[in-house]
Amino acid sequence: MRNPLADKIVDIKPSGIRKFFDVVKTMDGAISLGVGEPDFDTPWHIRDEGIYSLEKGRTFYTSNSGLRELKVEICNYLKRKQNVQYDPDTQVLVTVGGSEAIDLALRAMINPGDEVLIPQPSYVSYEPCAILAGAVPVIIELKEENEFRLTAKEILENVTDKTKILVLPFPNNPTGAIMERKDLEEIAEVIKEKDLFVLSDEIYSELTYTDKHVSIVEIPGMYERTILINGFSKSFAMTGWRLGYACGPVEIIEQMTKIHQFAIMCAPTTSQYAAVEALKNGDEDVAMMKEQYNQRRRYLLNEFKKMNLPCFEPFGAFYIFPNISHLGMTSDEFCNKLLEEEKLAVVPGTAFGDCGEGFVRISYAYSLEDLKKAIERLKRFIENHTKK
Amino acid sequence: MVNRDELLRTIEKNSRIGIDELAVMLAASEIDIANELKSLEEEGIICGYHTMIDWSKTSIDTVSALIEVKVTPQRGIGFDSIAERIYKFPEVKSVYLVSGGFDLMVMLEGKTLKEVASFVTNKLSPLDTVLSCSTHFILQKYKDHGTILTKKYDDTREKITP
Repeated sequence: MRNPLADKIVDIKPSGIRKFFDVVKTMDGAISLGVGEPDFDTPWHIRDEGIYSLEKGRTFYTSNSGLRELKVEICNYLKRKQNVQYDPDTQVLVTVGGSEAIDLALRAMINPGDEVLIPQPSYVSYEPCAILAGAVPVIIELKEENEFRLTAKEILENVTDKTKILVLPFPNNPTGAIMERKDLEEIAEVIKEKDLFVLSDEIYSELTYTDKHVSIVEIPGMYERTILINGFSKSFAMTGWRLGYACGPVEIIEQMTKIHQFAIMCAPTTSQYAAVEALKNGDEDVAMMKEQYNQRRRYLLNEFKKMNLPCFEPFGAFYIFPNISHLGMTSDEFCNKLLEEEKLAVVPGTAFGDCGEGFVRISYAYSLEDLKKAIERLKRFIENHTKK
Repeated sequence: MVNRDELLRTIEKNSRIGIDELAVMLAASEIDIANELKSLEEEGIICGYHTMIDWSKTSIDTVSALIEVKVTPQRGIGFDSIAERIYKFPEVKSVYLVSGGFDLMVMLEGKTLKEVASFVTNKLSPLDTVLSCSTHFILQKYKDHGTILTKKYDDTREKITP
């Protein structure tokens, strides 16, 4: 029999997270700070709308690009939060999570050989999706000394005549880094000068702990060259509902909708009805969750300080990305030993790109009680391995 | 500066949290937190620090009842004096003036059914201004003060996700 597989797929290396997950799964009684989703349940009124839509028998496909009511609410939300205006009928596509939107945007815009700039450490799917779309991924290694923000200089060092898209993953998973208005203004100049498009993944937009999140589409001249991706998973604690969206220039959204239509048909109907409720009446829930994340964030930073674990202050998402290199272990070694000795799971920074070496991702999407238990273990581990 | 609302929301859920921890979590100094707590106590905004106990899980028997009380309001003082007359009994846990078909909602806790019944017949009903009482014994507490008592919800998330 001949080889049933496509080389392009086989050549993509499996997610580093997956490998580590398989180890953790076998360990009884392990506690984890390795989760990339909120610990809160979806607020009840949102769940209730989902249930109600099922009771009413709203169990059919929606239009390909999504329920019109939801698209209108998405536009209202973006107007309210980022002060940008999109047309619900031509500029919005409701997708199966933000992940699908990333895939669609790349597939809709890439011609073979085009280069995509991907800052790392970052979410695991940009690079494989770029490869699947036929692009050449070019990795920008973000620096701890810049608080893992992206600089104009770093773009200039990696841009070529073939560069077409810049992926902009802020607030960032796994570092917790954000880009403030001044940072965005700086890179916007280069983006315009080099005639690039931006795929801005703003799934953590509700979780910033300084000022409110600024989207790159707010910077003059960027609206027309940006695909904005967001969703309901992180802000409204709706990961399992699998619902996200992309907004952008009409001609790009049109082509993305074409792929979506053939590959997916439409996002889950129940989730779409629930999401309408989230956008209409969910602001208070978001504020409540954010307040708690922020308290935990401050708690962890303070604990790290006490155990001399160097760490820049992250102002976004729900991750902290401490530097563990002074302990003389690689990220992988650190995580494996921590799991073995203390039964505590955290994710090696290398799961998010090679330049995550020397760091680990710690999630604070856990109750304060759980965090305290975990910190005890981490503290003991660090003490044991700092001794000379 | 302490965010007063955030402070209240935080200690409402966990009054045992230390001043040092509050200072870290609310990004304020310990002195500011201590002063703010003191002011809140003095202003009567913080009225006490209680422990929630599910007595049904202990060997101590308790019986709780909700009593709907209809009263005649008194000239000049309305419901205040009759409410006071009722809340002074130590077995009364709470008294609310409510809108609707009756006036006072009284929550009562006693050791036995007999004790509660005796309180209603001998103490509450005979009061001059009390017109009628309707007693509801509590059979099961599912949720109290925002805390679910009957079930523990486990973290069912995958242990590691990107």
